[in-house]
Amino acid sequence: MDTDFAKRRRRDLIVAACLAVIAALVPLFVKDVYVQNIMVLTLMYAALSQSWNILSGYCGQISLGHALYFGLGAYTTTLLFTKFGVLPWFGMLGGGLISALIAMALGYPCFRLRGHYFVIATIVIAEIALLLIQNWDWAGAALGIDIPVRGDSWLKFQFTRSKLPYFYFALGLACVAWFVTWWLEDSKWGFWWRAVKDNPDAAESLGVVVFNSKMGAAAVSAFLTAVGGSFYAQFVSYIDPESVMGFQFSLLMALPAVVGGIGTLWGPMLGAVILIPLTELTRSFIGGSGRGVDLIVYGTLIVLISLARPQGLIGLFSPKRKEAVR
Amino acid sequence: MTAETIIQSLASGLLMGLLYGLIAVGLALIFGLMDVVNFAHGEFLMIAMYATFFLFAFFAIDPLLAAPLVAAALFVFGAVVYLLIVRFAVRAKANAGMVQIFSTFGLAIVMRGLAQFFFTPDYRSVTHSWLGGKTISLGGIFLPEPQLVGAAVSIAAFGGLYFFINRTDFGRALEATREDAGAVALVGIDKNRVFALGWGLGAALVGLAGAIMSIFFYIYPDVGASFALIAYVTVALGGFGSVFGAFAGGIIVGLVEATTAMILPPSLKSVGIYAVYLLVVFVRPRGLFGSI
Repeated sequence: MDTDFAKRRRRDLIVAACLAVIAALVPLFVKDVYVQNIMVLTLMYAALSQSWNILSGYCGQISLGHALYFGLGAYTTTLLFTKFGVLPWFGMLGGGLISALIAMALGYPCFRLRGHYFVIATIVIAEIALLLIQNWDWAGAALGIDIPVRGDSWLKFQFTRSKLPYFYFALGLACVAWFVTWWLEDSKWGFWWRAVKDNPDAAESLGVVVFNSKMGAAAVSAFLTAVGGSFYAQFVSYIDPESVMGFQFSLLMALPAVVGGIGTLWGPMLGAVILIPLTELTRSFIGGSGRGVDLIVYGTLIVLISLARPQGLIGLFSPKRKEAVR
Repeated sequence: MTAETIIQSLASGLLMGLLYGLIAVGLALIFGLMDVVNFAHGEFLMIAMYATFFLFAFFAIDPLLAAPLVAAALFVFGAVVYLLIVRFAVRAKANAGMVQIFSTFGLAIVMRGLAQFFFTPDYRSVTHSWLGGKTISLGGIFLPEPQLVGAAVSIAAFGGLYFFINRTDFGRALEATREDAGAVALVGIDKNRVFALGWGLGAALVGLAGAIMSIFFYIYPDVGASFALIAYVTVALGGFGSVFGAFAGGIIVGLVEATTAMILPPSLKSVGIYAVYLLVVFVRPRGLFGSI
């Protein structure tokens, strides 16, 4: 079984490398800005959902408050840049580190909670942060912040003429998130997390330090999510509390993993590739004429998938994969 | 700040809290019965408010008279949701917790979309009703009549629920199913029927709350979202599954909200509720009245 596992991991890595190369070549053929925009969003959600999946999927601690870390990343970068002129790259790193620290500080009391008490705590904490930012005048309050355009440059991570640099960054981010997950899957942490998810009491009795492994998952997950937030702020060059820290965003981040397959390596990617283009297309083709149709399509899809394929759509590709991991 | 204004806002907080309890109790009932959190609970409230609004707009039925009709309609709706969705969600073998959360979340999104599609995102209100805008003065404290009646309905509903659970056959079947869903099959109770009736009852209770709320709240497709989180906090504060924990939780939430609004800017009034929730579960991870 061990060799099977090693073989599968090698195959996963090769497939991922091929997919990344193919994805990198796509913009050579697809010049349409609208389509490129959808591709950037798809890659961003893939990366975000992959990060969410580390804490919620692998470690089993369902967070519906990840918008907190996304918003922290977006706000740290934006505030440092607009108020102090700090380059977004440092803001990205800083936002990631701050988020990881905050995730651990919050995890300290929250990881004692189980089940729905934990889920609601994550929602409530993100909601408190949202309300605080909405009332914080220096940070733009409810109106948000416009990021001033200072011309195209990699140094300031701003591009007005072409979306391609954003595309390649998002692709890089998705690759990093995937690779981190791939790497962690086979590490001591990965095994601990799956044990904690399946049965925390049994894991504890076998010597897994449940609390520390949850903290580790939270820190990694929050760091990557915050980097995604920094990227998003630069990409749309305008942020406001509701759009980057609202509850809706926590959900949007989780759904690709839910649709593709929670706690799987490929699930978040697959889910994002299906969900994001579908949402964007329904929004632009039907959404305009009859408001709410995009929500109806989206919601119906989620209900049907979670009822018909609770293990996610990834199971369609290799039904035996789950057993192989265990 | 005078003593009078403090009593005034605590009194309104108490009334609002009783209504929060009524909004939340359906959630607590369903959770206690089958360990499922209905993440479309806020949307149940939303359609109840719309139903009340349309009964008023088309047939000039006052929300107070509409309340029993709306509750009955929601009863049917809740049972149908169980039979069409939840029944299958609880059977899931993989990712059981996630499936419950996201199947009802998906339903919530669909309901919101349908409301936008059919009712438009416009804000509606019941423009004139028997109670709307009226207040009663009790020793210098002004209490709005709709909230007062809402509080009375809430107390009556909790009283009725207590009687129902403890004194009727269906109530006993409900209790038995909640304790051991497998064993009740042996004595000839159809688990699915009890669950469907439980969902119906839970939905009917939030329907009652929605009918009262429509007297003094704007009605729009997203209205449920703002109350849903308060309802989850109320239920969790009381302890998941404890019906009377929801009653106590509602009162606490109402009072904390009123107190916070006195200290912090009104836009931050929910922060107090959320902070109290966190404090309570950090000390008691199962809520105030929840059992292990």
